[in-house]
Amino acid sequence: MIRQDAKVILDIVDLHARVEDQTILNGVNLKVRAGEIHAVMGRNGSGKSTLSKIIAGHPAYDVTSGTIYFQGENLLAMEPEERARVGIFLGFQYPIEIPGVSNLEFLRVSTNARRTQLGLEELDTFEFEDLVNERIKLVQMDPIFLNRSVNEGFSGGEKKRNEILQMALLEPIVAILDETDSGLDIDALRIVSSGVNQLAKPNTATILITHYQRLLNEITPDYVHVMNAGRIIRTGGKKLALELEKSGYEWLDAEPGNQGGLNHG
Amino acid sequence: MDEYLQWLDSLPKASGALKAIQLRGRESLKRLGLPNQAIEEWRLSDIAHLKKIIQYPYVKELNQIFDEENPIKSLVDNKIQIIIDSQDIHKESINLPKGIRHLNQSELEQSLGHSIEKCSFMDNWTVAMNHAATMEVLGLKVEGKNLPLIEIVIPSQRDSFIPTRVIIFVEENAELELTQIIQGSQNSVHSHVIEVHLGQEAKVNHGLLAFGEMNSSLMANIAIEQNARSNYSLTTVQEGWLFSRLEPRVVQIEGQAHTNIKGLQISKGKDQIATHSLVRFDGPEGTLDQLQKAAAADHSHCIFNGSIEVPRIAQKTNANQLSRNLLLSSNARIDTKPELEIVADDVRCAHGATVSQLEEEQIFYLRSRGIEDDQAAALIFKGYCQEILNCLPQNKDKTQIMQKLLRGMRK
Ligand SMILES: Nc1ncnc2c1ncn2[C@@H]1O[C@H](COP(=O)(O)OP(=O)(O)O)[C@@H](O)[C@H]1O
Ligand SMILES: [Mg+2]
Repeated sequence: MIRQDAKVILDIVDLHARVEDQTILNGVNLKVRAGEIHAVMGRNGSGKSTLSKIIAGHPAYDVTSGTIYFQGENLLAMEPEERARVGIFLGFQYPIEIPGVSNLEFLRVSTNARRTQLGLEELDTFEFEDLVNERIKLVQMDPIFLNRSVNEGFSGGEKKRNEILQMALLEPIVAILDETDSGLDIDALRIVSSGVNQLAKPNTATILITHYQRLLNEITPDYVHVMNAGRIIRTGGKKLALELEKSGYEWLDAEPGNQGGLNHG
Repeated sequence: MDEYLQWLDSLPKASGALKAIQLRGRESLKRLGLPNQAIEEWRLSDIAHLKKIIQYPYVKELNQIFDEENPIKSLVDNKIQIIIDSQDIHKESINLPKGIRHLNQSELEQSLGHSIEKCSFMDNWTVAMNHAATMEVLGLKVEGKNLPLIEIVIPSQRDSFIPTRVIIFVEENAELELTQIIQGSQNSVHSHVIEVHLGQEAKVNHGLLAFGEMNSSLMANIAIEQNARSNYSLTTVQEGWLFSRLEPRVVQIEGQAHTNIKGLQISKGKDQIATHSLVRFDGPEGTLDQLQKAAAADHSHCIFNGSIEVPRIAQKTNANQLSRNLLLSSNARIDTKPELEIVADDVRCAHGATVSQLEEEQIFYLRSRGIEDDQAAALIFKGYCQEILNCLPQNKDKTQIMQKLLRGMRK
């Protein structure tokens, strides 16, 4: 839902970043307003996951220049846990397994961290179970996975459902979903997408990172961005995703302007 | 060396039912001398620390009995607790349930030392030390099943040398759940030996929780003898000792038994925590599942030596050993070494060892969900320990144990 008068909640300005000696982001610009859904597409290795991890605060990446504002505040000055508490959520492309740590306890501790930030009371184990049992319906995840270790032995699809369950519990303001659709069969994709749609509110925004048009049939983006070599080189509407589906990414190599960068958005 | 002999002389005069054993133990100590690093099994040990150990006087009766505040005291409800706080074990005051009784004098004479010999502990220095000083043995015979958990608590006293010895004879078909808790205190030195004999088809689930305190030391030998079709599980936890050396040895005297060993050792500060295990199959078709975990922080040192002996007679043995280690500081050190001696040809023996650090990606994942850096590390560390704690007998609530393990681990 595009409303030009809506507040900008995430503003990425000329972001450059590298890991070790390798430059990965090369001047990313992206403005996200409340209520919007953005899709970021692009070839493998173009820097999509890196961008999402930098937004979430992964310590492996050095931001060499540029800024990210979240609701007017300098996001880059915050620790990853602070970012999560103020409402940044990253759905991981590869959710991490943590043996021996109960998924339920993990969900409760993180939910309470966010609630404390919001000035809400922390939930005890019983209250939390009620909440989780309600939210789990949204992703139709088998409650058996609550009693397992975090992501351990989960199939690809179960991991992704667990990510969206976390999103449903944390109720973030900006959710970045990194290839949440990969590894999902069509039914699971529908369930997860409908969950994401229900969680999208007029005061929140969603950034979908995906390879495939099929996710965008379920969740309609307001903007589609194409990322290449560490920058957003083209921005369009939903039609752009359809074009990409048809023509692939080969055209990128043919466009000389890509080296210099074409920036919309 | 003079100090060593002086210390030996300072022990009370050999006396009582164990007099002969005491004399032999003292002889062995004289003959063996203090261990030194030229001896393979002591190669990595802090010998200087052993020299300090022998300065502490032997005590006959602990005057600081088990700390009432201690959370460990109430781990489970349905249990029989036996506290060994004296060299006089007051048998009358121990209420044993039907199916468990004290070994009588002749049974004790018959069985005492049998498993020690089977486990080739005869020339073991820490066993000799225990023999030299122990005045009385707690001896139990288990004949039933579905018994309450037996919890043997060994408390301590500051600046003292505390020897204790236990023998448990588990009859054919009998089943036992056993937890031992050994607690150190400042400058205390524990010497502990336990023998467990499992008859055919017997089943024992054995937990040993050893929690030290400032500058405390522990030397413990576990000697297990398993008859055919018996099932023995051991779960050990060592933490908080400046010096700890645990030697569990299991011999399947006829093979055809199952042994399960889980160990967790956590060192910090300048601790040195060691486990030297040995499993020998003296018959065919035995199985072993072993997982040892060691986590070392600060300037500490963890040692694991895991021997498995499969002589020719032990065809169709199936043994698995895994050592998974966590290096929590670049100044810490972990030495892990499997020692497989396999003569039989038709066997399956697998072993592996890993040393890793706390995974940055795991920490980031938790932080990205609003969890503080150190809380994330603690959660992951807890998860690491949980796998072992889950194997302890009957203890449903492990939070108290976990809290003990977590103390001092956060940066
Ligand atoms: N932690 C890292 N260390 C080294 N190289 C990295 C790291 N993260 C990403 N890269 C490199 O950065 C580039 C972009 O990766 P990534 O952001 O994962 O792309 P995408 O998600 O678009 O496929 C790739 O060349 C990748 O190898
Ligand atoms: Mg990616």
